[in-house]
Amino acid sequence: MSDTIKPAGNSTDDVGVLDADGQPISSTQLGEWSLSSDIPREETTLSGDWEMVIGLEVHAELSTNTKMFSPATNHFGGEPNTNVHPVCLGLPGTLPVVNGKAVELSIRLGLALNCTVQRCVFARKNYFYPDMPKDYQISQYDRPLNINGWLELPSGYRVRVERAHMEEDTGKSTHVGDSGRIHDAGYSLVDYNRAGVPLLEIVSHPDVRGPEEAKAYVAELQQILIATEVSDGKFEEGSLRVDANISVRPAGSSELRTRCEVKNVNSLRSLGRAIQYEAQRHVDLYESGDKPVQETRHWDEEGGRTRPGRSKEQAEDYRYFADPDLVPVDPSPEWIEEIQASLPALPRERRAALVELGATVDAAVIAVDRGLDSLAVGAIEAGADAARVLSHVANNLAVEGAASLDSDRFAELVKMETGGDLTATQAKTVLAELLVSDKSASDIAAALGFEAMDTSELEGLVDRLIADHAEEWDRFVNGDDRERGKMQGFFTGQIMKATKGQADGKVVNQILSARRG
Amino acid sequence: MALLDRLSAVSEPLSRDDVAKVAGLAMLELSEEELDTFTGQLAAVLEHAKDVEALDVADVSPTHHPYPLVNVFRPDEVEVTDVREAALDAAPEAEDGQFRVPPALGEEP
Amino acid sequence: MSEITTSGPSDSALEIAAAVRAGERSAVEVVDAHLAQIEAHEPAVHAFNVVMAEQARAAAADIDARVAAGEDPGPLAGVPVALKDNMCTNGVPTTCSSKMLDGWKPPYDATAVERVRAAGAIAIGKTNLDEFAMGSSTENSAFGATKNPHDLNAVPGGSSGGSAAAVAAGFAPLALGSDTGGSIRQPAALCGVVGLKPSYGAVSRYGLIAFASSLDQIGPFTRTVADTAALYDAISGHDGRDSTSIPEPMEATVPHLDDGVAGLRVGIISELFSGELASGFEPEVLAQTRAAADALAAAGATVDEVSVPSTIYGLSAYYLIAPAEASSNLARYDGVRYGHREDGAANTGGMMTASRTAGFGSEVKRRIMLGTYALSAGYYDAFYGKAQRVRTLIINDFDRAYADYDVLLSPTSPCVAFPFGAKSDPLTMYLNDVATIPSNLAGHPAISVPFGAGRDGLPVGVQILAPMLKEADLIRVSAVLENAAQESAA
Ligand SMILES: [Mg+2]
Ligand SMILES: [Zn+2]
Repeated sequence: MSDTIKPAGNSTDDVGVLDADGQPISSTQLGEWSLSSDIPREETTLSGDWEMVIGLEVHAELSTNTKMFSPATNHFGGEPNTNVHPVCLGLPGTLPVVNGKAVELSIRLGLALNCTVQRCVFARKNYFYPDMPKDYQISQYDRPLNINGWLELPSGYRVRVERAHMEEDTGKSTHVGDSGRIHDAGYSLVDYNRAGVPLLEIVSHPDVRGPEEAKAYVAELQQILIATEVSDGKFEEGSLRVDANISVRPAGSSELRTRCEVKNVNSLRSLGRAIQYEAQRHVDLYESGDKPVQETRHWDEEGGRTRPGRSKEQAEDYRYFADPDLVPVDPSPEWIEEIQASLPALPRERRAALVELGATVDAAVIAVDRGLDSLAVGAIEAGADAARVLSHVANNLAVEGAASLDSDRFAELVKMETGGDLTATQAKTVLAELLVSDKSASDIAAALGFEAMDTSELEGLVDRLIADHAEEWDRFVNGDDRERGKMQGFFTGQIMKATKGQADGKVVNQILSARRG
Repeated sequence: MALLDRLSAVSEPLSRDDVAKVAGLAMLELSEEELDTFTGQLAAVLEHAKDVEALDVADVSPTHHPYPLVNVFRPDEVEVTDVREAALDAAPEAEDGQFRVPPALGEEP
Repeated sequence: MSEITTSGPSDSALEIAAAVRAGERSAVEVVDAHLAQIEAHEPAVHAFNVVMAEQARAAAADIDARVAAGEDPGPLAGVPVALKDNMCTNGVPTTCSSKMLDGWKPPYDATAVERVRAAGAIAIGKTNLDEFAMGSSTENSAFGATKNPHDLNAVPGGSSGGSAAAVAAGFAPLALGSDTGGSIRQPAALCGVVGLKPSYGAVSRYGLIAFASSLDQIGPFTRTVADTAALYDAISGHDGRDSTSIPEPMEATVPHLDDGVAGLRVGIISELFSGELASGFEPEVLAQTRAAADALAAAGATVDEVSVPSTIYGLSAYYLIAPAEASSNLARYDGVRYGHREDGAANTGGMMTASRTAGFGSEVKRRIMLGTYALSAGYYDAFYGKAQRVRTLIINDFDRAYADYDVLLSPTSPCVAFPFGAKSDPLTMYLNDVATIPSNLAGHPAISVPFGAGRDGLPVGVQILAPMLKEADLIRVSAVLENAAQESAA
């Protein structure tokens, strides 16, 4: 499926300028990384004076109708072996033909990751495995489609993307046996529904320094995949799969020590836990005078640990060579430009737009994650208070249908609220109504009988409550902080009860402190 | 022959161990006797290939296809076939609509 | 020497089709005549793995019904065609003459098979071949060797020996074969029939079970040049299911049958005629090649010798490239989805190894191992990578030759049909392909045309080569040679 790719012997075409690791260098982009910038980085979560060096390989399934090289339907699930065609079953005599849409989506992501899109070649990766119908995987080797890009995290830190190449997925086997464990299985059953599904393998440079940064990278990549409609990005359906290459080194050094590739990470949370576990395991080994061996390890979610991969039946020699059944993909500059022009605003740009309008980075991240940023931008541009808008987006709009709310009605609501025409509670009620009706915020408020309570009316009510609850008032006036807080809650609660929640909490607090003197 | 002037170093002769390793990669099992026979035969072919191995063609680009095509794409349209039954019928062993095999040892690389 | 002497149906495909289309002969009668010939002589020749008697009769009845209904059933209406058993035929066993695929029935037709059927031809059987098309004598078939109809003690050549023998024995006027390193042309030469390897990409490979993807091409076997032209025209043309299929329209060759060779520049490839490499060729073969050149000159062509120096590297490059691609193409035969499975293994890996070990014959194993080695870490650059560059050298040499010549000429095979077992050493057998391989490496078209007899009166074939997509030139030259051969025989 994937391994760290070091084009060595099997040169099938010219690679261009290489850096010391044999990686192609893009002259236009080298200057742009923020590797040594002053952006604050995740602090080490390791014991002692160690830092993590993490590279991530993400496999994303493309949102196409059909498979990478076969006209079988690309559809998750279904009865076993129903989404198949002679081509993706690898039947004798069949030949692969590239799905043009898969190439387009792959270029889309490449451009969204600021990659150079280049003439590329499909290569066969040869190894025997029952999930793989041809016993080779069509992938890309020394001439991938996208190279030398970067992905900017919400913090502003840029992780370099080494490559994003096209390949086909494998099928799935189910191991049937008493214990359910592979070694004891009586037999295996193979389903090729997933075989040949188009994948993009996105490989980062080892620029990530901790579990949170790794999660942020994958979360951001997921957002980009969804925003560009390249993939549905669903971890739970396997459309997104992450392998992490992990090593550690003394903090501040630039050496690269033995790395382990951790597989079977099925959620962002597992990714963070797996990285933390694996890196600490390396530290513990070094500190006890030992060292890790380079190997593939599997994350055991229940045990909260990584385990070594089971031994392989074959030596690793994939015998890559250019697939003679396929011809190169050579995207024209016009096609690349056309795709570039069709790209939607990316999460990074959408966050920046919100921050520009006064949002905090955190609030902008949430709004963009929820796909509500254009609503927020519209409302703020229509004059609504940014903080209030983003607070609603974060807390009160996480419901189905929120994206269809129009920003003008949303803005009116927020303005009524900040103008004192609606209390926070009332505003929340009106907001819920806005989502299911096409009436304006003021019409809904009027229909619900929401009118801001007169301050003098409230003052009268407060005075009556003080008279009725002299003992509690005394504790409010003379008690310690804790006592005062408790009693403030008591009086506010009484007032809300009496006004059926229509009193403005802020105004109530002002009256209470004024009366206390 | 001008080409023969550009001789460079050639590889070691093929050994019995090489053939055993290659047979393993190709998932073929050879008897000791076959190993001897194949080693001799393959070594003879590779010996003959020394003329090619010795050529200095670093400045010659490889030909992958005699008729150079690029960007051969298929529209993203589903072609429904009823291959499922035929494929499962042809399988040495099938169960519950799946291909049955002895337990898989090892794992995908 | 025992030989098929009984005269079978000898009409050409075009004669049969004309009669069937005109309603003068029924396709059923044509098929029955050929089935009778098969019944009489197939036991001696063993050209077929499967004879499709019932399907052929049914298809023939369908053709007759269409003729009766006033429809045009196509240019090859009612003509029996034999199909090499490495081409997929829907519901009919397709074995590659391998124990590995014994009994496997594809759920689809190869594109070339679809096209011959669409042209009205009638599939009459699946022909024997060297296992997975690896060989030059058809002795490597898991189902027994095919005999040469001209001498039952001699090989028919290979790997498409069954198709060549079927046409030579009168079992079918037409056959399809596949040519990766000479597998159409060499058996055509040894069986005394016409065999064309088209330009790479001219005929779809979809449904042709792959041996070496960058070299394989499907092409015709016939008894006449005109039939080869008609069959080539029927099967060539773009196919969206093969990424390497040439999208540009192919030039029809039938209109060029009578063009003649006046003014055509013919170059005899000196490396394959007078050079060191050719010193091992049978003198009769070289003599007939000279006679063919003289015949062309007599018909108005200019003839000279021309050097194509890197052809001498063709054999070595081929025996690195073809096995490398084959080692990967044949990986899918693992006992999981189809084909032979060896029972009793404790795990999948053991099952795969046991199935492959039992399912493949020695020659296939030899080439898989050779190819695996050529691709493996540390050897890629020295072998496969270098061999791909040699292809470029050969193409450049051909291009230089074609600057001065329209077509090139050489013997097809160094020798006429040889006795069974005569070339049991693999390398000796491989050397048989020396004249045919360069065209596969360059992707250029080439044809073998019968031209007189050689040792023991056995047929000799001469090879004509042309630049990419110049099949029409091969046809016009072949027609002249066919005429000359008939005149000198008369
Ligand atoms: Mg990986
Ligand atoms: Zn991968």
